[in-house]
Amino acid sequence: MTKKMKLVMVGNGMAGVRTLEELLKLDPDLYRISVFGAEPHPNYNRILLSPVLAGEQSMDEIVLNSWDWYSDNGITLHAGKRVTEVDRVRRVVRSEDGTEESYDRLLLCTGSNPLMLPVPGKDLQGVIAYRDIADTNTMIDAANRYKHAVVIGGGLLGLEAANGLMRRGMQVTVIHVGPWLMERQLDEVAGKLLQKSLEERGLTFLMGAQTQELVGNPSGRVRSVHCKDGSKVDADLVVMAVGIRPNTELAEKMRLQINRGIVVNDTMQTATDPRIYSVGECAAHRGVAYGLVAPLFEQAKVAANHLAQMGIGRYQGSLTSTKLKVTGIDLFSAGQFMGGDGTEEIIMSDPFGGVYKRLVIKDDKLVGACLYGDTVDGSWYFKLLRDGRSVADIRDKLMFGESNIGDVGHEGHNKAATMPDEAEVCGCNGVRKGTICRVIREKGLFTLEEVRKHTKASSSCGSCTGLVEQLLMFTAGADYSATPKLKAMCACTDFGHQAVRDAIVENKLLTIADVFKVMLWKTPNGCASCRPAVNYYLISSWPKEARDDPQSRFVNERSHANIQKDGTYSVIPRMWGGETTAAELRRIADAVDKYKIPTVKVTGGQRIDLLGVKKEDLAGVWKDIGMPSGHAYAKALRTVKTCVGSEWCRMGTQDSTQMGKDLERAMWRMYAPHKVKFAVSGCPRNCAEAGIKDVGIIGVDSGWEMYIAGNGGIKTEVAHFFTKLKTAAEVLEYTGAFCQLYREEGWYLERTVHYVARVGLDHVRKRILEDHEGRKALWEKLQFSLDGEPDPWFEHDKAAVDQRQFTKLEVA
Amino acid sequence: MTTEMLAAPEGVQTEFETGSGTGEWKPICWVAEIPVLGARRVARAKGMDVAVFRNDQDQVFALLDRCPHKGGPLSQGIVFGTSVACPLHNWTIGLDTGCAQAPDEGCAQPFRLRVDNGQVFLDRRELATLAIDLVAPMAGPARQTVTHP
Repeated sequence: MTKKMKLVMVGNGMAGVRTLEELLKLDPDLYRISVFGAEPHPNYNRILLSPVLAGEQSMDEIVLNSWDWYSDNGITLHAGKRVTEVDRVRRVVRSEDGTEESYDRLLLCTGSNPLMLPVPGKDLQGVIAYRDIADTNTMIDAANRYKHAVVIGGGLLGLEAANGLMRRGMQVTVIHVGPWLMERQLDEVAGKLLQKSLEERGLTFLMGAQTQELVGNPSGRVRSVHCKDGSKVDADLVVMAVGIRPNTELAEKMRLQINRGIVVNDTMQTATDPRIYSVGECAAHRGVAYGLVAPLFEQAKVAANHLAQMGIGRYQGSLTSTKLKVTGIDLFSAGQFMGGDGTEEIIMSDPFGGVYKRLVIKDDKLVGACLYGDTVDGSWYFKLLRDGRSVADIRDKLMFGESNIGDVGHEGHNKAATMPDEAEVCGCNGVRKGTICRVIREKGLFTLEEVRKHTKASSSCGSCTGLVEQLLMFTAGADYSATPKLKAMCACTDFGHQAVRDAIVENKLLTIADVFKVMLWKTPNGCASCRPAVNYYLISSWPKEARDDPQSRFVNERSHANIQKDGTYSVIPRMWGGETTAAELRRIADAVDKYKIPTVKVTGGQRIDLLGVKKEDLAGVWKDIGMPSGHAYAKALRTVKTCVGSEWCRMGTQDSTQMGKDLERAMWRMYAPHKVKFAVSGCPRNCAEAGIKDVGIIGVDSGWEMYIAGNGGIKTEVAHFFTKLKTAAEVLEYTGAFCQLYREEGWYLERTVHYVARVGLDHVRKRILEDHEGRKALWEKLQFSLDGEPDPWFEHDKAAVDQRQFTKLEVA
Repeated sequence: MTTEMLAAPEGVQTEFETGSGTGEWKPICWVAEIPVLGARRVARAKGMDVAVFRNDQDQVFALLDRCPHKGGPLSQGIVFGTSVACPLHNWTIGLDTGCAQAPDEGCAQPFRLRVDNGQVFLDRRELATLAIDLVAPMAGPARQTVTHP
């Protein structure tokens, strides 16, 4: 057995310990690990010091890793030992008390130090910073014995300290040099709203005031604060919260390169010495030292990945947003919320109701947001900001938030804090607020992904994501909304959907194995989320060349039926345009009797659903009813809903049924990133509900109106008017071209509504309406792809339907 | 509850397991009859089916065809590495232990399995006795008419 390598970590804080946790998950046996921490505590949640100060949580509750965690994982913890020296040549770490550890890899997580104003009296008793458990205890102690507190600095940390001290019964004055509170995170209006709200709670503010001197009493304790304008404030306790600075003292001594922090590369290795890694507030990545949890955890993941010798992950920086942890005050800001050259603003202001929202737009993109009083849409704005997608098409609705465009499932709640514990947050998975908060606390969760994994909340339709993020905020204090700039497809790769598809197209990759090889997949054969996606990208990019892999399809597309909760299946035959005949109905009825099918239901898409078919009976049912596959189980063209139209209807202007049948016959068997539904109405009364379909066609006297990217699901979204067409042939061409564009550009499991939202309606207009040659080419490409495409219910071999799945093995 | 490697290279004999308490080995099928990264269902005289899985390394595993979460048929899931994703709610179940990947909790009943010269065997006694009482989840009108024990 080879000897284990030694990993020494200097600094026992959140970013560092998270790195160790990630590393232990990847390879628990690679290193012998030692940790030095200057504080005499195991790793605790520093962000929650404010709730502890405010008396809302106890010290015990904020411990993230108990003493046992270290010993259980074989980690030597030197708590309360400050490292003073590192010999990079001999590779030895030495602490104040002379403890030495040698290392093969060193992880520097020295965090940051608070800035102290260089004013006379700063060394008096009762003058402290606000950074750790010791400071917090000093404040709690002072609150028990003294009356007057002054907090210098009206930023995030200062206000949390002031709020906490006030909650503990002190009279608190905040001295702030800036013109309004939190001027780096809020604009003037929001800053003043915040001040008003805090004043109502009992805080006093001295704005635009500069501290000149701290004056002490004869016993050496601070007594008052004097400002440059001559004002004086009584103070038995002074908390300086004027900023933090990366703690690079040790790194400087080690002669590592420093520039706003310890300079690291994308794998979190120091620029100077590749054996040495650095993560957390002390590390400067591409010139930025982050002070929020989410980016630090991303860094931790990358460093762990690299330490585990997997070497694939790269940290590429984070976008961050800001929230204040003062219970009952909601504020959010991100991006260039102050505006600037070439920006436009949409502002909603209701000072009486305590709500203010400012959205900053540049070149049709959201570039900044500042919210006060109602922040439930913070994460949505943040997503728009990060994705950088055009908001031109939703500009008129932007201010009213995501819920205004049709979210359902959580009773329209938008303020998680005011919801009772028993209120349901996630309607899909039935998860209550109390449960989410308890699990966040008990398991020490920080990110939305973690909450989804542990509670399932917001993991299905995602419409309650904003609420769950708010709960994370209140409960863990996590600045959850800082997110990676690029989202990986799944844990098997660092590449996103676009990169994978581009590689498939550019390198003409034809098999999943090739994709995994070229794209350096981390797992041997992917997982249940990436394999179906890659399979789709292959067959849609290279029709008739790439081979469909049924084992990489979800069960429904392998069995060509829809699995039900008891493991039986549902069968929905295709009824062109929703029309059927007596002969078809007789065959269906006979099959229901013969196979004892328990439920027969008419679907919302004008078809008939046979529910509870045993897998063994599927092929027999298909054969007996003798109708084509309805693909109701597939990411493919499903129903084409029609009204009766001009054939019968006294109002009808167009033959919508025939139009629907023609569309369906032209495009059935079309696989797509997600399910696709059409509807055709014969007049603007729109009985076929064409306004909430992926493509909706509405007959008018002079022709057809085409609508795209509607959706009747989680996000009820009315389709966009796309164009007006004259003939049925044009309807086919334009619909087909749009579908092909979506097939080529949509990400797997992205409905047309989300696809169009991502690329922008203008892009689709350019490709389909303005580029006539391009449109025709797209339509031809779709026809080429569909030509000869088998009906999986009848052409089993051609559709690669594995017959073995329909029979069980018998024990002899 | 052993799961063994298939003797992949031809001609290489795998060791027979002859530990005490072992019942008779029942031939089930050939490894080649299980789709790569797929599964087959094995019907039993009593009790729910057993699913036999094959991964791309030609390892073969046997579990009760019932997800510990809501009873989904694991045989219908997507197989990757040494795991299967349940088709109902996407829990990841380890093929070797039958247990759900954290933070989900619960295990599907594993079955002893042997591969000899490309043929898959299950333990007759386990087939006859293990997890006989577990029933498949119910759906549809049957839910109202059948009462559970």
